[in-house]
Amino acid sequence: MIDIVLLTFLVVVGVAIVRVRNLLAVTMLTGIYSLLVAILFVLLDAVDVALTEAAVGAGLLVILMLATIALTTRKEKVHAARQNAVAFVVVSVTGAALIYATLDMPPFGDPEAPAHVHLSPRFTQDSPEEIGIPNMVTSVLASYRGIDTLGEAVVIFAAAVGVLLVLGTGTVRRRRRSEDDGEEAREQP
Amino acid sequence: MFLATALAILVTLALALTRAFLGPTIHDRILAVNVVGTKTVLMIAVVGFITGRPEFIDIAIVYALLNYIGIIAVLRVFEDASLAAEPTNGGEEESP
Repeated sequence: MIDIVLLTFLVVVGVAIVRVRNLLAVTMLTGIYSLLVAILFVLLDAVDVALTEAAVGAGLLVILMLATIALTTRKEKVHAARQNAVAFVVVSVTGAALIYATLDMPPFGDPEAPAHVHLSPRFTQDSPEEIGIPNMVTSVLASYRGIDTLGEAVVIFAAAVGVLLVLGTGTVRRRRRSEDDGEEAREQP
Repeated sequence: MFLATALAILVTLALALTRAFLGPTIHDRILAVNVVGTKTVLMIAVVGFITGRPEFIDIAIVYALLNYIGIIAVLRVFEDASLAAEPTNGGEEESP
């Protein structure tokens, strides 16, 4: 029941994010959305995912969006909405196909699901001897999928460097401009 | 007992959400985010007791810390960036 209420809240917040034009308010609503998703993750027993969601979604993302708004503008420009029938059909068909695909998935918590029949026993029973890390999530992330995790870390690092290069810091830019001015001033006489 | 608490928390969540939707000023909305964060902490703790795993309290405490730091950070950014940027709005063409 708590799930249903929270999912309703999520839908309401999502619609509000689309409808509200004040971007600062949208940023705050995004933070609320992340917190609600985090509660849902905890209810689904995915506590670590929930922590990441709360820290990144409600903390870091909101700050990044606020910084972006500070660099640009606060109001969303309203474009005249064109009714695009083709896009609507494509979206509907894709959504219907995705919902149809979920019918093939085993029900939530089904002990007969393929993931619980051979994958889970393999990792829960063998990983303490093979890897020697008590936390099995860590042993899967850091050892079985180590190269994948390394790739993720490289991607995130590259993204962070890219963002920092694009944004820069105001001080550096200002210093460079003043240096340019100084050079021009020196060239003029 | 715990279910009643969970229900009460859901009701307050709904109230905070309406404040976030209606809130005329940005401060109302920041406050709403903070309230929702607090309700998240309470909700996780209560859910832990409902499902018979009081260890969830630890996670709730971590959430409380995150919430606090997050709101402080948001307020700092808000104070430094958007409010300070308002008077210099005319100088937009300065950015390369």
